[in-house]
Amino acid sequence: MENKVSEFKARLQQNTKAIAYPLIAILLSFIVGGIIVAAFGNDPIVAYTAMFKGSLGSWSNFGETLVSVTPLILTGLSVAFAFRCGLFNIGAEGQFIIGSVAAVWAGWAIKGIPALLHVLLVLLIGAAVGGIWGGVVGWLKAKVGSHEVINSIMMNYIAMYFSNYIVMNLLNEPDKAFSHAIADTAKLWRFAETITVFKGSRVHMGIVVALIVAVFAYYLLNKTVRGYEIRAVGFNPYAAEYGGINVPRNVVLAMFISGVFAGLAGAIMVTGIQFRVNNLFGFTGYGLDGIAVALVGNNHPIGVILSAFLFGVLQKGGPMMQLKGVPKEVVGIIQGIIILFVAVNFIKVMIERYSEKQKIKKGSVEGEGK
Amino acid sequence: MEGIWLIISIIVPATIRSATPLIFTALGGNFSERSGVVNIGLEGIMTVGAFGAVYFSYITGSPWMGLLGAMVVGGLFGLLLAFLSINFKANQVIVGTAINILAASLTTFLLVEVWGRPGQTNSVSAFSNWGPFNIFTYLAFILVAVSYYVMFKTPFGLRLRAVGEHPKAADTLGVNVQLTRYICVVLSGVLGGIGGASLSIGSLNLFKEGMVAGRGFIALAALIFGKWNPLGAAGACLFFGFAVALETVSSNLPIPREFIFAMPYILTMFAVSGFIGKSVAPAASGVPYEKGER
Repeated sequence: MENKVSEFKARLQQNTKAIAYPLIAILLSFIVGGIIVAAFGNDPIVAYTAMFKGSLGSWSNFGETLVSVTPLILTGLSVAFAFRCGLFNIGAEGQFIIGSVAAVWAGWAIKGIPALLHVLLVLLIGAAVGGIWGGVVGWLKAKVGSHEVINSIMMNYIAMYFSNYIVMNLLNEPDKAFSHAIADTAKLWRFAETITVFKGSRVHMGIVVALIVAVFAYYLLNKTVRGYEIRAVGFNPYAAEYGGINVPRNVVLAMFISGVFAGLAGAIMVTGIQFRVNNLFGFTGYGLDGIAVALVGNNHPIGVILSAFLFGVLQKGGPMMQLKGVPKEVVGIIQGIIILFVAVNFIKVMIERYSEKQKIKKGSVEGEGK
Repeated sequence: MEGIWLIISIIVPATIRSATPLIFTALGGNFSERSGVVNIGLEGIMTVGAFGAVYFSYITGSPWMGLLGAMVVGGLFGLLLAFLSINFKANQVIVGTAINILAASLTTFLLVEVWGRPGQTNSVSAFSNWGPFNIFTYLAFILVAVSYYVMFKTPFGLRLRAVGEHPKAADTLGVNVQLTRYICVVLSGVLGGIGGASLSIGSLNLFKEGMVAGRGFIALAALIFGKWNPLGAAGACLFFGFAVALETVSSNLPIPREFIFAMPYILTMFAVSGFIGKSVAPAASGVPYEKGER
């Protein structure tokens, strides 16, 4: 009994630290952002009020925030999942793009099946194609040992040009720089259709799917043998191999699942919001933001949900600041600073250095006493 | 026959022009990676360099000051990467990604604050062409030779390569690992800044949102494709520049233009995967150096 209590205490302490560090980092970033806003002659309080009102002030604003949160949860999960296997998936962007193109194809080409079935099929195809795109990177890593960061950056660009080729040639809406639209049966249900408070917002079933996937990812990672193996490879591939775990297979699998999440994000954006894909001139940003989301969420599925929400608030609230005369790009600066602070574990390093110094001081005093 | 000459006379200069910004940035990346620090932030460094060049040219009226400003701003971002990855031992790829995000938003923010509108800046005084090219192109080729010489023919070059391959051995022999890495990463920032400047006050005379458009990553690809060697990297930059130049005549080609655009990236994947001559990164690239660690 006592053991359990102390174990619980230890876990609580650990969890508090895990939450407190990013929280302090976020708070600091907001302060730095506020200083930048003030330095250019605007009132930071006005700016932040506008941002939070614009993203959370009403049901429809909240709904629109959820629209931004949905893909971020999934791309964040994508990056986080690979990270738990010791892989850095910068390729969520490419997997997102390729997943959305596959979804448009499936939503447009498949006809005459019931709506629910069609939507599910489209999401599955988008997720699977994203998974393959990620799996290739994992396969190259496992087979020839080429670095996943470089390959996934390259595959982001290849995905973009490949997508553009398909959009402009195979699925092209004549004389337009975008693809055909998907069939009505392939569209996700929007809350506003029956829940009247959400009127004026485009929030759709995708948010529910994203949350379910997050729970699934948590379960897979923490409660199954497969997840244990993936985490073991992430901790120490050599030890894992010594323990009889097939490292290459887990690397490929982790990259595949990572790609599935990002591909699903793309498919959800298509079936929930865009209904088609554009000829891209640059990245959509969802996959790249996923890196930030995963990082701030400490690569934990629940943390990813929370940090995706924070980034959703920032992205949705930014344009509202613009209306008050504050350039919305401040939001990007805050995002960048949050990542920097969290990336270097600034708070943790500072506290550790401080306590170490104290210890040395204390130790030297005690030593003198002897 | 005349048609072929016409195409060559278009493609060759276009190749060299599109390769110019890539060469600076790839050389910068080369120094950083050879010393053991991965620099994914090159894209962001080019962006701030491009903006800095226009800003300083705008307030001083001199493109030379613009170039200097770009070098300083790029160097500062290099310093940020160096500080966080060397002193704080943060994950270099993550810091690089953060720099990219920060650079994109910082420049668009300052663009609005300084010129009062989004999109692009006013025209500023830029470098004019000397002969067929602007000054950046000549500078780029000079720097390729200089970089090669420094990296392979000087004591400093030997030390920086040692630090990237086996920092512990270098440290034991009295090489200051941290200082060497600092110099190389800041140098990569300065060169990336010049790369950005060559876009904004070399090819054009203004800064546009998103004008770097992935060139930082192409430069990264080039240095890998060039096997972490200044000459190889420059060759790869010319080759990637050729792919861009082909775009001008792509309507006459039987292959889809998207494929031409994607080619540098596909080739780089082949290169790192060992299908066309294996590219092997410096052994300690990406690993923070811990004194006294086994």
